[in-house]
Amino acid sequence: MNSERKTAPDTPVLRMQGITKRFPGVVANDRVDLELYPSEVLALLGENGAGKSTLMNVLVGLYRPDAGEIYVRGERVEINSPRDAAMLGIGMVHQNFMLVPTMTVAQNVILGIHDLAFVPNMREVSQRIRELSDRYHLQVDPRAYIWQLSVGEQQRVEILKLIYRGASILILDEPTAVLTPQEAEELGGILSVMQSEGKSVVFITHKMGEVIAFSDRVCVLRQGAVVATRNTEETTPRDLARLMVGRELLFRLDKQPAQPGSEVLVLRDVYATNDKALPALSGVSLAIREGEILGIAGVAGNGQQELAEAITGLRHIKSGELHINNANLTNCTPLKAIEAGVSHIPADRIRMGSVGDMPVADNIAMKGYRTPPMSKHGVLNRQRIGDFARRMIEAFQIATPAPRTHVKFLSGGNIQKTILAREIDACDTLLIAVYPSRGLDVGATESVRRRLIEQRDEGRGVLLISEDLDELLTVSDRIAVLYEGRVMGVLDAENADREALGLLMAGASAEELPGASSAVDEPGA
Amino acid sequence: MKLVLHKRETVSKRAVVLVPIVSFAVSLFLGGILLILSGANPLVAYGAMFRGAFGSSVGWTEVLVKGIPLMLTGLGVALAFRLRFWNIGAEGQLTLGAVAASGVALFWSQRLPSWTILPLAILAGCVAGALWAGLPAVLKAVLKVDETLTTLMLNYVAILYYEHLYHVTWRAPGYNSGTERFPEFAWLPRIAGRAHMGIFFALILAVVLWWMFKHSRWGFELKIIGSNPTAARYLGISIARSIVLTILISGALSGLAGALEVLGIARRLQQGVAVGYGYTAIIIAWMAQLNPLGVIMVAMMMAGLLVGGDQIQMRMRLPASVGVVLQGMLLLPMLAGSLFTEYALEIKRPEKLPVAGLQQDVGKEATG
Repeated sequence: MNSERKTAPDTPVLRMQGITKRFPGVVANDRVDLELYPSEVLALLGENGAGKSTLMNVLVGLYRPDAGEIYVRGERVEINSPRDAAMLGIGMVHQNFMLVPTMTVAQNVILGIHDLAFVPNMREVSQRIRELSDRYHLQVDPRAYIWQLSVGEQQRVEILKLIYRGASILILDEPTAVLTPQEAEELGGILSVMQSEGKSVVFITHKMGEVIAFSDRVCVLRQGAVVATRNTEETTPRDLARLMVGRELLFRLDKQPAQPGSEVLVLRDVYATNDKALPALSGVSLAIREGEILGIAGVAGNGQQELAEAITGLRHIKSGELHINNANLTNCTPLKAIEAGVSHIPADRIRMGSVGDMPVADNIAMKGYRTPPMSKHGVLNRQRIGDFARRMIEAFQIATPAPRTHVKFLSGGNIQKTILAREIDACDTLLIAVYPSRGLDVGATESVRRRLIEQRDEGRGVLLISEDLDELLTVSDRIAVLYEGRVMGVLDAENADREALGLLMAGASAEELPGASSAVDEPGA
Repeated sequence: MKLVLHKRETVSKRAVVLVPIVSFAVSLFLGGILLILSGANPLVAYGAMFRGAFGSSVGWTEVLVKGIPLMLTGLGVALAFRLRFWNIGAEGQLTLGAVAASGVALFWSQRLPSWTILPLAILAGCVAGALWAGLPAVLKAVLKVDETLTTLMLNYVAILYYEHLYHVTWRAPGYNSGTERFPEFAWLPRIAGRAHMGIFFALILAVVLWWMFKHSRWGFELKIIGSNPTAARYLGISIARSIVLTILISGALSGLAGALEVLGIARRLQQGVAVGYGYTAIIIAWMAQLNPLGVIMVAMMMAGLLVGGDQIQMRMRLPASVGVVLQGMLLLPMLAGSLFTEYALEIKRPEKLPVAGLQQDVGKEATG
């Protein structure tokens, strides 16, 4: 894409000038200037809380700036609502998708369109969706229900929604945070198609690799202010990292060799179905020992989510056995799994991992509230809960105005820290972390990974499900690859190379790997 | 000048208190327009209503008479609503509670020691209400049957059964309708006028529930389930069990209301049990923002409206339904007002600018 960059494009399609947005206690945007040119991909780079999302929310009319002006195609505009933005051809794909789970893809796409027939011709709509999805490489079945789709597919629906409405300025909030490496690559293709169709894209990210791969220009935000705007060609990841964080960053984790002990988790030939009642796990056998991190690699939708849910009692195991600490916990209740010392950092922080309408303190206490000192004879000890929460907020550096602030007012990274605090404190035998650093900034990611290793070093088994190969390779001790609900092989993280992992993720069997058989263990025990 | 709404960072405590009060004022204003249209001076009418309800000891005790069932059903509904279980069957649960209590008072008096009858009748009322609510709860918990339909439909079953009983099966000889009067030892003692001991049940239960919501594990789990059932399941809370247990209690509260009503007021089963307390309870629960102590206050206010409405019918020859109309009108400003607990209002100076959309299309869509 970089090559497609036009030299000195004439007028910006969008200009934001002096945008300032204050929230109680913070200046989220401080006199931000931003320009976007036609057929351009602009990366908006910054750590969590740098003000990227706020700036874009101002642009789509969700927030009103305290100061500043917005010009679209040279004309001064005031954007008071997403509808205003849509009329100007501006659309945003949010990090947390805005889809109606009980409706189909086609229904979601036309939802909220104003000049719609009273009874929309759904066949026509579906047809048009298919055309668009072919043209933009956004494969998705218009008749599928949203609740049946993987996160990656849901994102495609969100993008389709905007394109269907003819948006010419697309804002993608951390688009790759939910994607597999392959899907992320595909997104690159999608972006270049959009570019060639004359659309302009702003994508919010905190990953340097994406900036380099996808963007023409990059605008770096730090603490609400623009610290630099560069042509992507003229910059390096190291450069960007320094600008973003304000100091040199070390992309390394200190990790001692694992000291594995006895097996804490054993899965034997486990079968389970997904929400669509289709096979999701087909004979999975795995074992995790105490003091070891087993990474699960795989393209999204190959059974990772179902694996985590089967272990934690949230999903029915059709056949096979699940043993935790030598106790048969096949199809136990979620509570039994919790009592067995299993902690679970779920993929969906907002819908599953936290209760937005309850205070941070309560959310932190949601595992420990059953037992003393937090409760006795069914009575909560509010004092102890508050103390505990304050301790955790400090230990995990959760940025919250107060322990009683409702979780829904926190940023994604801080919600994740809240969950992490609760789950790590409650963890006794096994920690299951599903995409734990998804959408977190560099600093927060580092601290999450450290916590996982810390748990391992304290003798717990850790199951790390991730789509980030770097994360899997740096954090895990062994890596199992899931493909269509089967374990394709288990590799030693030390010797595993990306190519072998990639082949397994694409469905190659362990024997087919070039000379890798020595590094591949037999799955299970 | 332009009004702009934006989402609050935290839920405003002040708004939580102010909204019901302002809503009440707004509905009085709207009701005033209605009164003017029907040819009455609203100030005089409201004055008469207020004096009728709270201006005399008779008024006060009658307010309590109506307030007790409203409080108890309000508590029951608020409890269910905390779980996002839309129990709109308080009316039926109350009715069956009255039926069960009457059954005990009428037919067990000969067989059991007389001192056991009153407590047993009250208990029977609770159990009947609990079971009547428990049925939809089990259906919901096990088969995911929508509870709004089942609780509503069961109201009709309960009410028709009750009517059949006092018209036919249990009718006292020589009467057109209504059962025999209960034996005196089955009467619930009165404290003043027709106001009975039921008020203590209501007050104590409200405080107990309030405390439970705030300080018990059960209350904590209810909050989690009500706010995010997916998270509740993930956190190891058994939703089915919580729903059934909680709704049994919800139904028991309404059943208790029915039992106290027959044992304390008519002292026989006759017409006048199913008069809509269970439906008004829904408004009360919302207005009280599902807070048990709030329920007590709102129920008293609602009872005041009912009694006051009766009064202006007598004094001003206006239809008694004015009170009911005002009640209905309360809900609208109330629901509109609850917006302000989550959103703050801001006044913006005018700026002459091309605007792409509607001016008043404020940032309500903001979801963060």
